[in-house]
Amino acid sequence: MSELQQEPTATQGEGRYVVGDPIADTRAPDSPIGDRWADRKFSARLVNPANRRKMSVIVVGTGLAGGAAAATLGEAGYHVKSFCFQDSPRRAHSIAAQGGINAAKNYRYDGDSVHRLFYDTVKGGDFRSRESNVHRLAEVSLNIIDQCVAQGVPFAREYSGLLDTRSFGGTQVSRTFYARGQTGQQLLLGAYQALERQIAAGTVEMHPRTEMLDLIVVDGKARGIVTRNLFNGQIETHLADAVILCSGGYGNVYYLSTNAKGSNVTAAWRAHKRGALFANPCYTQIHPTCIPVSGEYQSKLTLMSESLRNDGRVWVPKERGDDRPPNDIPEDERDYYLERQYPAFGNLVPRDIASRAAKNMCDAEHGVGPGGLGVYLDFSDAIERLGRPAVEAKYGNLFEMYQRITGDDPYEVPMRIYPAIHYTMGGLWVDYDLRSTIPGLFVGGEANFSDHGANRLGASALMQGLSDGYFVLPTTVADYLADAPFEAVPDDHPDVVEAVEATRERIDKLLSANGHRTVDSFHRELGQLVWDQCGMARSKEGLEKALDRIPSLREEFWRDVKIVGTGDGFNQSLEKAGRVADFMELAELMCMDALHREESCGGHFRVEHQTEDGEAQRDDENFSYVAAWEYGGDNQRPVLHKEDLDFSYVHPSQRSYK
Amino acid sequence: MKLTLRIWRQASPDAKGKMKKYVLDDVEPDMSFLEMLDVLNEKLVLDDEDPVSFDHDCREGICGSCAMVINGTAHGPQKNTTTCQLHMRHFADGDTIDIEPWRAKAFPVIKDLVTDRSAFDEIIKAGGYISVNTGSAPEAHAIPVDKVSADDAFDAATCIGCGACVAACPNGSSMLFTSAKVTHLGLLPQGQPERATRAINMLAKQDELDFGGCTNVGACHEVCPKGIPLASIAQLNHDVLGATLAGARSD
Repeated sequence: MSELQQEPTATQGEGRYVVGDPIADTRAPDSPIGDRWADRKFSARLVNPANRRKMSVIVVGTGLAGGAAAATLGEAGYHVKSFCFQDSPRRAHSIAAQGGINAAKNYRYDGDSVHRLFYDTVKGGDFRSRESNVHRLAEVSLNIIDQCVAQGVPFAREYSGLLDTRSFGGTQVSRTFYARGQTGQQLLLGAYQALERQIAAGTVEMHPRTEMLDLIVVDGKARGIVTRNLFNGQIETHLADAVILCSGGYGNVYYLSTNAKGSNVTAAWRAHKRGALFANPCYTQIHPTCIPVSGEYQSKLTLMSESLRNDGRVWVPKERGDDRPPNDIPEDERDYYLERQYPAFGNLVPRDIASRAAKNMCDAEHGVGPGGLGVYLDFSDAIERLGRPAVEAKYGNLFEMYQRITGDDPYEVPMRIYPAIHYTMGGLWVDYDLRSTIPGLFVGGEANFSDHGANRLGASALMQGLSDGYFVLPTTVADYLADAPFEAVPDDHPDVVEAVEATRERIDKLLSANGHRTVDSFHRELGQLVWDQCGMARSKEGLEKALDRIPSLREEFWRDVKIVGTGDGFNQSLEKAGRVADFMELAELMCMDALHREESCGGHFRVEHQTEDGEAQRDDENFSYVAAWEYGGDNQRPVLHKEDLDFSYVHPSQRSYK
Repeated sequence: MKLTLRIWRQASPDAKGKMKKYVLDDVEPDMSFLEMLDVLNEKLVLDDEDPVSFDHDCREGICGSCAMVINGTAHGPQKNTTTCQLHMRHFADGDTIDIEPWRAKAFPVIKDLVTDRSAFDEIIKAGGYISVNTGSAPEAHAIPVDKVSADDAFDAATCIGCGACVAACPNGSSMLFTSAKVTHLGLLPQGQPERATRAINMLAKQDELDFGGCTNVGACHEVCPKGIPLASIAQLNHDVLGATLAGARSD
């Protein structure tokens, strides 16, 4: 697939990459969209229950996708090995999702349907996602809620005893199921408990505090992983018939993000370097409602659930540089700019639009708080309308969290919020079966690219993780395993030995640099660079600047990083260093992708491509495709493979939320 | 702010640990406690000293990774707050702060402030779930759940599994943790079929591990960052007693 077909033209990135063969999803059946998943489930081959225990599957990551996949494959009777770098599978970062999970149950009878969820998601993704995948997601959403309720997930309920829902950005129906502001936690604990049940049953072998550092590919198939035991530093190999990566997103490339500190791209990036294509890396999501940065020591950003925009009103002072306390600014001197600019959706416009609007306000010097990097999110109207107890019941824990961090009481003073990196829509390329381009390597959850296009709607990440984990992967992995067990791979197979050696070498190299700068100082510099040039607004000039700087920063990192201690035991600096090393490489591909995509869509906003009133200007003629990048080799140009997107059911239009 | 830190340093599980003193003189009140330790660690690395190991991940108070005894109190002075959400504005210039790992037999120290809390996973594994296979669930609205039960179940379900309850308990008991799960699942109609065996099996597993017994001290609830109600323990005892009288036995 790496034959060079044509040299890129100047506008496509000036020879920084080469264009390869187009790529296509060959797994989605060719039936009407509503029948595709049913048809695929029927055509997928089954494995005799008696044979399943002879087949082994590795699952990396224990978030919603990984935990659910491991538990479900275990229930089916496969021999599953599950891995997480945290000390317990219950701590995966899905746990931090606050707002809720979408499902087309139409319990409100407000016009919702599978088709509407499908439509909203394709539109919300700015017409850069694959229709087949999104439709399946909408169908499966119904089963997810049933499954989670049966597991004991304590969703919010009404006095009737029936499930409560709320509305979320980018939609006009109320389809978001929630468990106060801790929906991710409750869903993850459901998956974790299902996983623990399988561990008890002996179908799943759990490896906590174990980090995947490479993928083992034998005869073109993914057959195992190289791991480091974080407790004692041992480099180990684990072999299996198939490997599933559910290792999350790469938002921490920006250093400051709402991701957990340990969230990283290493598993996905290692798979990429072993041949898996990486799709749309520049599609990153900036969440509009996060707590602003308070100082240079800042180690992460905290999100305030988007659900707050249901009742909170976003505003800035009309007067530039108005530094009066918010409660001293009279009503007619406030600009409720989202309500003004987008009367139909108001404060509930999708995330990318809300984020950019906040940035524009701050760029125009209407921002509030330190450095003018913040806007107000005001609950005084809601408190007056609903009463404090009702607001407390809905958002109490979020308000408390805000107060703990900032010292301000949001019941009295409007919150200050600012956008922050939150989610990455890009990820490893997968087909309808969630197969990567390496046979036997499947990718689920945020680690793949498939369902959200260029922008993810709120409450859709939990839906996708659980859809992939509980319902899609168990079906499609079984279809693949129908050909298993494959020929046994001995521990001393040259490809296994090579992967282990490469891992050891990388660790030794990191430890032997013994330079002058800490891992965090490099990570901060990389993060600032990517945020400035490949964040909320991107330009050709800025991206080129970043592309010139990243290789030299990477070189400095390997030469000058300082890690104390050895690789033979518990060493958190070494863990961090390995992750940052991979971010250093990913960052370059992100900027490359952003530079090549000469249009604005969803979370990717190129300043050169905007409408007169500052909205994103898509170019469907030239860019209605998935950019799937192939690793070209060390210091070689990457190869771009395009998957053309087909919109037969939702006609692409300029998104309008006005 | 200038602070003196006295931190437990222990190189490995078998090594002998000791408190070591560090002085930091550029601490900002808006820093989180862990950011303050990040600053210390940056200095230590540049001085060629081993940085302080501590578990942390989400830094939003929900993953349950962070775990430190601060001035003798698990998670420090602020109620209902994990270490990662504790901010330095709660300390004063010139303070001396003692920082130790969880102290409990069931949570052996791995390194410095990092402990092994896998015993909690063992307790959940013993029955902290509802046995429902994927795809076999009835329609979500088939069984209504009254709002009071749903809300109470939620309150118990918010446990983050950090282990502060065990660290604070003079007996090193995990009763609050175990009872939170038993209460969460036992209050829901979906959890009824396994309610008796769940309570008995989880309690039996907890006793088998290195946790101590509960003597109703209540320190667990005082330090719990999620405020898990003490009534959960009464609920667990109630379920275990009922199950025992009904003749249920642990597996």
